[in-house]
Amino acid sequence: MSASAASRGRRLPSALPWILPVAIVAGWWGSTAFGIFEVHQMPPPPVVFESAQNMWARGLLQQDVMSTVARVLEGFAVGSVVAILLATLTGLWRKGEEAFEPTLQALRTVPTLAWAPLLLLWLGIDEPPKVALVAIGAFFPTYVNLVAGIKGVDRKLVEVARVYNLSDLEIARRVVLPASLPSLLTGLRLGATQAWLFVVVAEFFGAATGLGFRLTDSQQSTRVDLMFLAIVVLAILGKVTDSLIRMVERRMLSWQDTIGQMSAEKAARETELRQGLP
Amino acid sequence: MSQPLAIAKLRKRYGDTPVLGGIDLEVDAGEIVAVVGPSGCGKSTLLRLIAGLDTRFSGEIRVADSLVCGPDPRVGLVFQEPRLFPWLSVSENVAFGLRDAATPRARDLVRDTLGVVGLTAFAQALPKQLSGGMAQRAALARALVTEPQVLLLDEPFSSLDAFTRMRLQDHLVAAWTRYRPTLVLVTHDLDEAVYLADRVVLLGERPGRVQDVLRVAPERPRDRRDPTLLGLRVALLEALHLERSQVGVAV
Repeated sequence: MSASAASRGRRLPSALPWILPVAIVAGWWGSTAFGIFEVHQMPPPPVVFESAQNMWARGLLQQDVMSTVARVLEGFAVGSVVAILLATLTGLWRKGEEAFEPTLQALRTVPTLAWAPLLLLWLGIDEPPKVALVAIGAFFPTYVNLVAGIKGVDRKLVEVARVYNLSDLEIARRVVLPASLPSLLTGLRLGATQAWLFVVVAEFFGAATGLGFRLTDSQQSTRVDLMFLAIVVLAILGKVTDSLIRMVERRMLSWQDTIGQMSAEKAARETELRQGLP
Repeated sequence: MSQPLAIAKLRKRYGDTPVLGGIDLEVDAGEIVAVVGPSGCGKSTLLRLIAGLDTRFSGEIRVADSLVCGPDPRVGLVFQEPRLFPWLSVSENVAFGLRDAATPRARDLVRDTLGVVGLTAFAQALPKQLSGGMAQRAALARALVTEPQVLLLDEPFSSLDAFTRMRLQDHLVAAWTRYRPTLVLVTHDLDEAVYLADRVVLLGERPGRVQDVLRVAPERPRDRRDPTLLGLRVALLEALHLERSQVGVAV
């Protein structure tokens, strides 16, 4: 490969991540165009796009997205905050571990969706049960990862802090919590994925808006195009959330000496290099 | 002036295994003492006890005439590995042990100490950007910045290549000249022991006891090629071999 081709390859963002999505859309489109599926079973992309425009014009698409996003944000916030508090407590404090760990481990084995009917009964059919279900979904990944992160902090680093006679509270704040930040962010990322999963399930049960509601509603009226629309929008929103958390991760964990950070740093160096070039 | 470090009848056991079998050692102000001995003789344990990281022992350890019963700000410790906090910059790592790290005085102290170990240009670097020798210099700076009366070093250069190790030994001498702490250096490198120390304390096989004490006469700055040092090295080697053959007879 010539030098100019190599530098051009570096300048352009790689096409590699787009090959698979393009292939999927092409397969989707092709399968109806060649009559493998009927249009009412598998509406081709233009039909779905038309439905999207239609829904947008009627204000329904915005409404669905807004209410689902709101539920995810609220549930994710509540679930992660409670998870961080409880994980810090059980991770750092032996008595707290004895008090909470066995119960939480037992609760974790309950398939979380089993809570849905119970929550519905307890909290009514308004927003609270949906937010609560999302919160439960977001809670466990964050909790489990942060506890593991705190338990896994290098004893040798803690010993350095002990040489300086720091109190347990100071050791927690200055050593243990920063050292377990990578685990916390992994937990939050998994928690966000769970939050999206659970919001859809929550909206299956007696919601009047939201993408999950749109899925069940369209199923009953056999509007497959709208079901496709809801799925595509959910995929986009999930991806956006994941990318946002990954961005925070890269920024907050730039100190990590790992393969992931290495590639990020290499990319940053290359950007600098590029900007330095005429 | 009070004795910076005095150890009397120090014994330590891990479960049923005695590790230190009665150590008596007094170190003068500004003196450099190297502790050498076969592996497992309790050299590192001795430092952990002086640093107050482990208080389950019998006997007495006094730092500046007060009994050790926990970590003491007058005692600093440099570990075998740098143990830098990876999320803090070099200067933040150095400032870690300072109570008033945000004040201008503390910032000046950190800058000066980084100058002593030759890391001024790397103050804002992250630990992952440092070489092994630089990381250990940063660790040395972190221990020096609080100006401890007694500085303990646990095989601080053992994981470095020979060339870097010699450079770091000279950094240590420079730092000692500047701060004049009482230094206790555990090492398995006999050249290092005779090059750096005023006295070399030889511990015997476990449970460790003081087997022999060699005084290193030459004034600083020393020359590594000094025949006196080479002679001392041979004497140490013989003492260590004697130690081993005695065990051989016993077994």
